[in-house]
Amino acid sequence: MSNLIKRAVSLYSYQDEYFQRKMTLEDCIAAAAATGATGIELIGEQSVANCPKLPSDAFVDQWFGWMDKYKVTPVAHDMFLDYTKKKGHYWSDDEAVESFKQDIRFAHKLGFKIIRVIVNTTPQIMEKVIPFAEDHDVKLGIEVHAPWNINSAWMAKHWEVMEKTGTKHFGFIPDMGGFTQRLPRVQVDRLIRQGADPEIAKFVCEQHEKGVMAEYTIYEVSRMSNKRIDMAVAELSRHNTYVNPISLVPHIDRIIHIHGKFLEMLEDYTEYSIPYKEVVDVLKKGGFNGYIASEYEGNRHIQDIYEVDSVEQVRRHQEMLKRLI
Amino acid sequence: MYEKYMIVPEKAKKTEEGFEIAARLPYYRGVSLSMIEEIEVKVDGETLPHNDVMIIVNGKTYNTEQRENELEERWEMVDDAILSVKKEGGFASGEHTVDLKMVLRIGYLPFPATRFAVPKTISL
Repeated sequence: MSNLIKRAVSLYSYQDEYFQRKMTLEDCIAAAAATGATGIELIGEQSVANCPKLPSDAFVDQWFGWMDKYKVTPVAHDMFLDYTKKKGHYWSDDEAVESFKQDIRFAHKLGFKIIRVIVNTTPQIMEKVIPFAEDHDVKLGIEVHAPWNINSAWMAKHWEVMEKTGTKHFGFIPDMGGFTQRLPRVQVDRLIRQGADPEIAKFVCEQHEKGVMAEYTIYEVSRMSNKRIDMAVAELSRHNTYVNPISLVPHIDRIIHIHGKFLEMLEDYTEYSIPYKEVVDVLKKGGFNGYIASEYEGNRHIQDIYEVDSVEQVRRHQEMLKRLI
Repeated sequence: MYEKYMIVPEKAKKTEEGFEIAARLPYYRGVSLSMIEEIEVKVDGETLPHNDVMIIVNGKTYNTEQRENELEERWEMVDDAILSVKKEGGFASGEHTVDLKMVLRIGYLPFPATRFAVPKTISL
């Protein structure tokens, strides 16, 4: 097995074209393969009707047919726990575990070896589903998503479960959004279009780049403006966090997959906000040899006025990864 | 997210008691109907009572209570739903402005996801 990091694409990246029915599921797989990526990640509930119910045999045949045709491998399925699915009722652990197991069956059926576990899943639930995941040989990875980072208290509780059980089937999936050094201008610009004060936005961006804690910035902005939209700009600094990628080092052996979140790929093959080189260097040095999956999320911030071109954005992101790996 | 696609004016059509329009789900994955906390339709600035708005998904029609209790049937991300609205005396032929608000309960968010559609003009 190669020691190099491998490249995947999450079909989530193409959601704008998929939503608009400009691309079918097969088109998304073909576009991912055309970038040279060898792995496919998807959100079952986005791409496959009635997920997490098991798809029909006809669909399963077609799915593996596509995998062969485009020479790609199923890598990760992203699951959710709809704790509030029923109005006025919050799921018990048993209900959550049952839902989770169904996602494991779904992933197993379509050949995914990894499940991205939604960040609000509790450590108690993880402990209960690990034996089921082991039986199906599906690795579970808790998504380390901003505003959490891999050293947050919540993640330490999950780490404790990894240690306690000693399982090989539970680890971390850091999201690159946790390394947002500069606030994404696609987000800032959208809020300005919605009425935010450009001067306040500039101030927030500067504070974020300096590494000032978001709570201070939010407080400062609350003294400058009483408009909700200006507070939303300040809160970008809380939802887009930056930690030094060196934070990954102690956990490198527990990292099973990476969500290559990005919001804007520039023509020079860099991401506007996230210092990919610094993060990939840490992963390489640590011997990580799983997949980084491109996850384009800029679409939702520009779709109000621009035509989204996810295919080009993903192509640039994959080219960047190829060069960095 | 998807605010400008939520109302599909091309599919508006007059019915005996009111009209129907197509709607798109303002979210990146399908949801069970029970997760739709609220659907609010305004016509020419006037908010219709919730019970005068029905949703048709996968060919089945739901009123508010039925929708809230529907844990199995899903509105998929790529599919249209039909909103069927009524008003005593119906709506006059011609153009009307439609506003749509949808609130979704998403398990991992600490707050409901509220989306306001870009209003659209429909022709009846």
